[in-house]
Amino acid sequence: MSEYTGVRGTVWFRAFTGQASPMLGDPKSVLTADAPLGNDRARFLCVVPDPHARFPCARHGEVGLEEAFTLATRVREVIEHDKNTIKRPIIAIVDVKSQAYGRREETAAIFLAAAAAADAYGSTRLAGHPVITLVVGHALSGAFLTHGYQANRILAFDDGGVMIHAMHKEAAARVTRRSVDELEKLAKEIAPMSYDIRDYAKLGLLYKLLHVENPAKPSRQEIQNVQGELVAAIADARTSPVDLRNRLESTAAREMRKASILVRTKLEAQWLET
Amino acid sequence: MEQIEFNYAAKRKVHKRAHVGVVGSGDLEVVLEPAEGDVASVFIRTSVHGFRDTWKAVLDRFFTNYDGAVRIQINDAGATPGSVQLRLEQAAEVSER
Amino acid sequence: MSNKGYNANFINRQSFIELDARERATALFDAGTSRELLGPFDRVESPWLPMQGVTPQADDGCVVMKGKITGQAAVVVALEGAFQGGSMGEVSGEKMTAALDLACADNEKGIPTSAVILLETGGVRLQEANLGLAAIAELMASILVLRKHAPVICLTAGTVGCFGGMSLAAGLASYVVMTREARLGMNGPEVIEQENGVEEFDSSDRALIWAIHGGEQRYATGLADALVDDDTPQVADAIRRFVSKGVPPVHRSSQVALYRNRIEELDTSRQWDPKEFRALWATNGSNEEKR
Repeated sequence: MSEYTGVRGTVWFRAFTGQASPMLGDPKSVLTADAPLGNDRARFLCVVPDPHARFPCARHGEVGLEEAFTLATRVREVIEHDKNTIKRPIIAIVDVKSQAYGRREETAAIFLAAAAAADAYGSTRLAGHPVITLVVGHALSGAFLTHGYQANRILAFDDGGVMIHAMHKEAAARVTRRSVDELEKLAKEIAPMSYDIRDYAKLGLLYKLLHVENPAKPSRQEIQNVQGELVAAIADARTSPVDLRNRLESTAAREMRKASILVRTKLEAQWLET
Repeated sequence: MEQIEFNYAAKRKVHKRAHVGVVGSGDLEVVLEPAEGDVASVFIRTSVHGFRDTWKAVLDRFFTNYDGAVRIQINDAGATPGSVQLRLEQAAEVSER
Repeated sequence: MSNKGYNANFINRQSFIELDARERATALFDAGTSRELLGPFDRVESPWLPMQGVTPQADDGCVVMKGKITGQAAVVVALEGAFQGGSMGEVSGEKMTAALDLACADNEKGIPTSAVILLETGGVRLQEANLGLAAIAELMASILVLRKHAPVICLTAGTVGCFGGMSLAAGLASYVVMTREARLGMNGPEVIEQENGVEEFDSSDRALIWAIHGGEQRYATGLADALVDDDTPQVADAIRRFVSKGVPPVHRSSQVALYRNRIEELDTSRQWDPKEFRALWATNGSNEEKR
């Protein structure tokens, strides 16, 4: 499992938009740009490291207070702008180290900041905008809930540097009182615990797993291919309900989330009984 | 996780099911349901291995005063014999109300 | 009625914190109107815990009850903090999300139905990692839809508090009710100390913990809508009031400009005294509930 490097986000943001800058007045840790994608003009967003960030605990690719509220602002804008026109796609490019772990963050309610960003993404989806997430590196825990997990469709690279999980291995081992080896062994048998993106794909939450030789250095052709996949995901989202039911209705979910499906079926039956 | 099973003779029907407890530190969950026939069966799932004799002792004691035909499920994460006794008695009491 | 702890009323108070999830949920309903759905006798348990030698609980640590609160239809979903720290697994997560979706469907059929979620939780259940995390994302999506129709009320009373990914669910709620003993935050003190050192957060400093995450601080800084004593009738009363109040004009998590400006105005060169912070972020009005 490779370490978070903090470069992939910028690489892919630049590949799709031709630039890598924040919008005027925004912190350097949030890149936002509108650029052509298929027949749309999509809004791309990405959280990247900013070693000079105002908050000391958010300087290495963490999603902190400023990042969360900037995302919320730039995502919400789109609802307002597009009120009477075509609902533009929102593309979240995700490679985030984690949420920010700091006393300032907790005092100033980072839980609310994170909720505000998720609210923005979710509300934009509910308003009819296709929200697509592309995981190009790490997508951990609170950071992923904030930036990316409210999407209609999630795509990821099938690469050792891509990781979606609730907690880093060492910390997870410590909290569950196991060795890292034991954790890795368990993760091989228990798909939801795995750190391997191919096992994550079995859970039925991913729209597609994409292959790129080296996600840190994609070729022109690979960039075009990925753009094509994003366009297909957008089209798929546009012809589907705006909620997240696809995550439970996918072929893989019917295999790996049987308990979830059973809960939903039984609960509905019991709800209707008087 | 260790699974242990015991059976005891039962003499009377039980009419009400009961649920007490939580699978938490020092506690356990007891799910008691009426069963057909003249047997009370107990199914234990515990994350603490090697205490079959202790379980038997507690259950033997409980069933000297209890003769209902039931199926009892116990989900345990390391409760003391005292807690087990308490929860069994509570479950029995709830099902007699 | 006084809200100070040590007077004659203290002796008569009925502790809400001492109740388990099932008892807490029952206490919030109009007497005799509640029934449990997918309870322990239905045996819908975690498929993942037995695989790793962890004893499952028959309701997977999540209680779903339907009934009436102040005469109106309501669903209450309570996490059992004593089971696996109230953490979100596949089943407990889906119970909560599906319950909110069913409440939403009833609202759409013309039956106003509120939701109350009792959050005593550390967040994702690590033994189910990615299914727990996904469950939280799906729960958040369902809260966003339901809260347009009817209030989603978050109640955190302690002792576990509401942490991790589930703090985002609290952040999306229409109203947040807390006791003084309760705590609400994304990251607990131990995690912060682990990641950024004891200077950043001394996890042995209990006064500091409550000064930052505790109910009184959250209420005083406008992040919780009511602060209640650990007294069951008071808690139930607060819930009734918010059910009656209905959907707020604007949800806290949608007030982006307000909070973004507040963050921008902060002097990040130093740590802040939590009491000083109250002056900066005194309650902002709309969702406030004074006691």
